[in-house]
Amino acid sequence: MTPVIEASELTRTYRTSTGVFRRRAIDVEAVRGVSFSVQQGELFGLLGPNGAGKTTTIKMLITLLIPTTGSARVLGYDVVKDAREVRRRIGYVFGGEKGLYERLSALDNLRYFAELYGVPPKEQRPRIAELLELVGLTGREKERVEGYSRGMRQRLHVARGLLHDPPVLFLDEPTIGLDPIGARELRSTIRSLADAGKTVLLTTHYMFEADELCDRIAVINKGLIVAHGTPRDLKAVVAERTVVEIEAFGVTEEAIERLRRAPGVTSVSVEEREQAQVLLVQSPKGLELTQRLLTELDGATIGRVAAREPTLEDAYVALVEEA
Amino acid sequence: MHFKMLARSSFNSVLGILYPLFFATVAFFLYREGSPHALLYASLGASVMGVWSATSTAAGAALQHERRHGTLELLVAAPVHFSLVMLPVTIAMSTIGLYSMAATLLWGRLLFGIDVHLEHPLLFCLAVPATIVSIGTLGFLMAVAFVRYRTAWALGNALEYPVWLICGFLVPLSLFPGWVRPISWVLAPTWGINAIRESALGGSPLPDVAVCAGLALIYTAIGVLAVDTLLRAARTRATLSLT
Repeated sequence: MTPVIEASELTRTYRTSTGVFRRRAIDVEAVRGVSFSVQQGELFGLLGPNGAGKTTTIKMLITLLIPTTGSARVLGYDVVKDAREVRRRIGYVFGGEKGLYERLSALDNLRYFAELYGVPPKEQRPRIAELLELVGLTGREKERVEGYSRGMRQRLHVARGLLHDPPVLFLDEPTIGLDPIGARELRSTIRSLADAGKTVLLTTHYMFEADELCDRIAVINKGLIVAHGTPRDLKAVVAERTVVEIEAFGVTEEAIERLRRAPGVTSVSVEEREQAQVLLVQSPKGLELTQRLLTELDGATIGRVAAREPTLEDAYVALVEEA
Repeated sequence: MHFKMLARSSFNSVLGILYPLFFATVAFFLYREGSPHALLYASLGASVMGVWSATSTAAGAALQHERRHGTLELLVAAPVHFSLVMLPVTIAMSTIGLYSMAATLLWGRLLFGIDVHLEHPLLFCLAVPATIVSIGTLGFLMAVAFVRYRTAWALGNALEYPVWLICGFLVPLSLFPGWVRPISWVLAPTWGINAIRESALGGSPLPDVAVCAGLALIYTAIGVLAVDTLLRAARTRATLSLT
């Protein structure tokens, strides 16, 4: 079966410059050879940390950026040569506050984009009403967007992306900045879209979100896909590991580097929690490393220490850290 | 829709009152020693200054606003040809200038007693929309360039005052050196203000209206042809968004 979305060795380099009088051009490789395919009706996740190349990849697929090298096709149309054909068949939703006309009402925003996306005038009114109902904005549609909460804006984004009933949807971090309830509602909407037969490409940096929603996931880091497969495949990466969680205060960068180099340690990540740092150290199951780790952290104040089974988040951290 | 957005800005509304007051004052002090005919000549020129200002600065500002708010990418990602997105926007801007034009003439009448007597009212009603549409299409041509270059909005601001001068809004073109005239001739506002003056002060505005219409068609054709090339360049150089 021909894939709905097909990326082949995509690369994208941005040129920037430094200096005032002696300007020097710098090339930044945001995407360095990304290949994947998404089948009809699949919900595919592109998972990676900030700056991994997710948005750049999605922007190449939705025709907003021209790849430096490589190629991509959506529903058989080349994203560079057949840009207009691709645009007719895709919806694009991005997270955050941007992408809406603040001074207009939600209704006016939807009317305007319905015109741009070629929704026939007779169909506009029922289609907009249907979408407002879908995203839970019925009754608020005449209010100006500038008074909307972040969650409402995000739901309006989704309605905008669905105006022309596209068979393929690109969702770029749609739940970013949403409160847990708003994010859960949006995830439920995304799931229902996939259940209705839409092909969805979702980018996120939340492992649990990708796990909950996606049929398949590609983990991207520093512009390269470092792993791909079903959520179960990815979890298997850390199945044979243990995680030691150390709450500490005043840990230096040097100490973290020492931990990373310690024998048996496979990955170390650090979470800042108010005054404390929480170090998550992964190692092969059965290897007792706790005492050794605490010795390496000599000089820092140690709080709670616990060993536990790895979670999905740990799988993601391992894939990104060890890439 | 863009007209609605622009009309909802209170800042724009305040400027909409202040600017025509400024234009009318400039016209009056330049020509207060002259005949009523000369005062109306200047007042008409000053009124079109508002149309040009609304288009030249607003075209750049609107594009920058679209870019900053992430809507420019959505406009480009729409399947409709980009020129069909931008042309109505710039025409909306120049149409807003119509208000400035009326307000300038009104301020001139109320504050300085400049009598707005029209020799050919019907031709005046033809000359004004021709001027507005041609200025709107010139704004469209500029906006197409603004899409490609992130900082081109500054050019819109920079062009505001020179065009006031070289299109003869306040002083006759005959006062300028000969090399300026070819530049004036390719700018629709030159012909637009001529058409408006001819119809108001007595003369034959139709040739000027025809040149206005011709230039509007040329600007539109160049814009439509250039937009795909410039959008491709913007997609290659990643200038559609600020991030």
